[in-house]
Amino acid sequence: MFKEDKLNEIKKERQRWEEETLPKFKNRDAKFVTVSSKPIKPLYTPEDIENLDYQEDLSFPAEYPYTRGVQGNMYRGRLWTMRQFAGFGTAKQTNERYKYLLKHGQTGLSVAFDMPTIMGYDSDHPRSVGEVGRCGVAIDSLADMEVLFDGIPLEKVTTSMTINAPAAILWCMYIATAEKQGVPSTQIGGTIQNDILKEYIAQKSWIFPPKPSMRLITDIFKYACEHVPRWNTVSISGYHIREAGSTAAQELAFTLADGFAYVEAGMNAGLDVDQFAPRLSFFFNAHIDFFEEIAKYRAARRIWARKMKEKYGAKDPRSLLMRFHTQTAGCSLTAQQPENNIVRTAFEALSAVLGGTQSLHTNSMDEVLALPSEKAVRIALRTQQLIAHETGVPNTIDPLAGSYFVEALTDELEREAEEYFRRVDELGGVLEAIDQGFFQYEIADAAYRYQKEIEENERIIVGVNDFVIEEPLEVELLKIDPETEREQARHLKELRENRDNEKVQKLLAEMQEAAKGEDNLIPYILEAVKAYATEGEIIGAFKEVFGEYKEQPIF
Amino acid sequence: MSKERKIRVLVAKPGLDGHDRGAKVVARALRDAGMEVVYTGLHQTPEQVVEAAIQEDVDVLGLSILSGAHMTLFPRVKELLEENNAGDILLIGGGIIPEEDMEELKEKGYAQALFTPGIPTDEIVEWIRNAMESKTSSA
Repeated sequence: MFKEDKLNEIKKERQRWEEETLPKFKNRDAKFVTVSSKPIKPLYTPEDIENLDYQEDLSFPAEYPYTRGVQGNMYRGRLWTMRQFAGFGTAKQTNERYKYLLKHGQTGLSVAFDMPTIMGYDSDHPRSVGEVGRCGVAIDSLADMEVLFDGIPLEKVTTSMTINAPAAILWCMYIATAEKQGVPSTQIGGTIQNDILKEYIAQKSWIFPPKPSMRLITDIFKYACEHVPRWNTVSISGYHIREAGSTAAQELAFTLADGFAYVEAGMNAGLDVDQFAPRLSFFFNAHIDFFEEIAKYRAARRIWARKMKEKYGAKDPRSLLMRFHTQTAGCSLTAQQPENNIVRTAFEALSAVLGGTQSLHTNSMDEVLALPSEKAVRIALRTQQLIAHETGVPNTIDPLAGSYFVEALTDELEREAEEYFRRVDELGGVLEAIDQGFFQYEIADAAYRYQKEIEENERIIVGVNDFVIEEPLEVELLKIDPETEREQARHLKELRENRDNEKVQKLLAEMQEAAKGEDNLIPYILEAVKAYATEGEIIGAFKEVFGEYKEQPIF
Repeated sequence: MSKERKIRVLVAKPGLDGHDRGAKVVARALRDAGMEVVYTGLHQTPEQVVEAAIQEDVDVLGLSILSGAHMTLFPRVKELLEENNAGDILLIGGGIIPEEDMEELKEKGYAQALFTPGIPTDEIVEWIRNAMESKTSSA
């Protein structure tokens, strides 16, 4: 981007500045590194981006390689979707929270399920004791799903569901609920997370071994092409990788590596890349290191576009677009002085907007202590509205492009990601690398290093290892009534008494037979769901065919 | 001291949640502090946890729970320890546990110490060493 003689002049001047001017100023006692422990220089100049080619590396919004954004006019056209992740207790309680959020200006729904739902156990299973409705909503059957979306028009609202191993079942419940509202599956829109690879790597909510898990995912790809074309069939997630302790570069690299693994799985299942790639979406973390995060989003778009075009031969421009959701970093929040979390979240949300996110969840200040209270959720949503309507940030597209620092960081993250792709390839691909604990060790090492830095006071966390005060906690916490568990168990008992059990057993048996062969499993699951087979029954039937995944515990 | 056997700790993840960052960081810190550490891995039932604690002959059992099921899992593990004549194993833990619940768990003896987010791992090491010392001297 610069003329060679100009660059030489700048280089000379920079060297002179470093020798003559800079030494006159004393540094304070601190390490100048990112939250990922990446060293940062005191100053960035044109030298740091001397190889940057505007057309090739940045180009224009909505044009290859999409570094500057996926929409032509970005937030001047439509603001990002403000999508707060919510769910607790029973379907009825969560339904009320959704209506509250929609009334306060939220524009999309995002369902948090409780641990038994995530792990495929019904609420009355012995493994569910003490967990029902605790960190999400308890959903056992289509009957609960109908209550969850009661009075919410599914042809208008889009819904994201954070569900992975049992994603196909919850998705079928959603499709069936919409149908009951009179909305055909071709008209509904939303996302299922459905990203099992990052479960093995970081979030650890797996059920089946990798092979049948990947089959369920490709079955979803195929079914969606034809019947649910507006659905994002997978949300390839870096969020949990980061929360587990990874660096920004690892989050970027591991997430994209997972993404490519899904592309390869879809192609190996006989699909054309352009048939399913436009429905792949992503989910990133917005951590506290402002510029590193912005660079991460920009690098992610560019890498995805380049690989999809060059390596996988995608021709449809929509296959090249990386659309992503962002959530602010839960792991950056502190239990100490929780009000400070409002400020942390605001900075993180701003980085996501500057990085061009398509939707955003802002954490509530009290989430490090319990499920968020209504007031805390409202402040979190207001934080997004403030960015959207008061800061002026959405007025222009990718405003930090051309910053010597941000462009240099973007390049550096891309290089680091490429290096990780190379190492994963050497190990034989993502599944092999998981099997060998590669990602798991990389993340555990980074998490431990970070903790050490805090304990050795190399890194200051306000209110934790500096600026500490002794104060009684004054935030009001949301409590889950233990009655929830008994209520869910009662619902289940009634359900099992009132449905056509013979039909349920027949459908489950047919589904199991199909699981042994190669048929697409989604129509079978959908039929079982419509007959009010419970999630636990469906998962149980699959476990008999697929088996269960066992991890090698490492630390 | 050098002749004494190392302090043995089982770090366990009972319940269904998969948040193992804290458990792994603590496990490493205890190992670095010279203790023998065993990690159960995820999704353990209270029965599996107690069985492992007895089999590994540990002095300390640390539970990490971030799913909100702490009021069920701590009492259950304590109960099983006592049923199996292993009530002398120090039971400690951490995770997302509201203040009120922590007090109740400690008061009722379901946990001897609880460590919440932001606490340096050194503090856990020190607590374990002190507790082991007072246990040996009183025995």
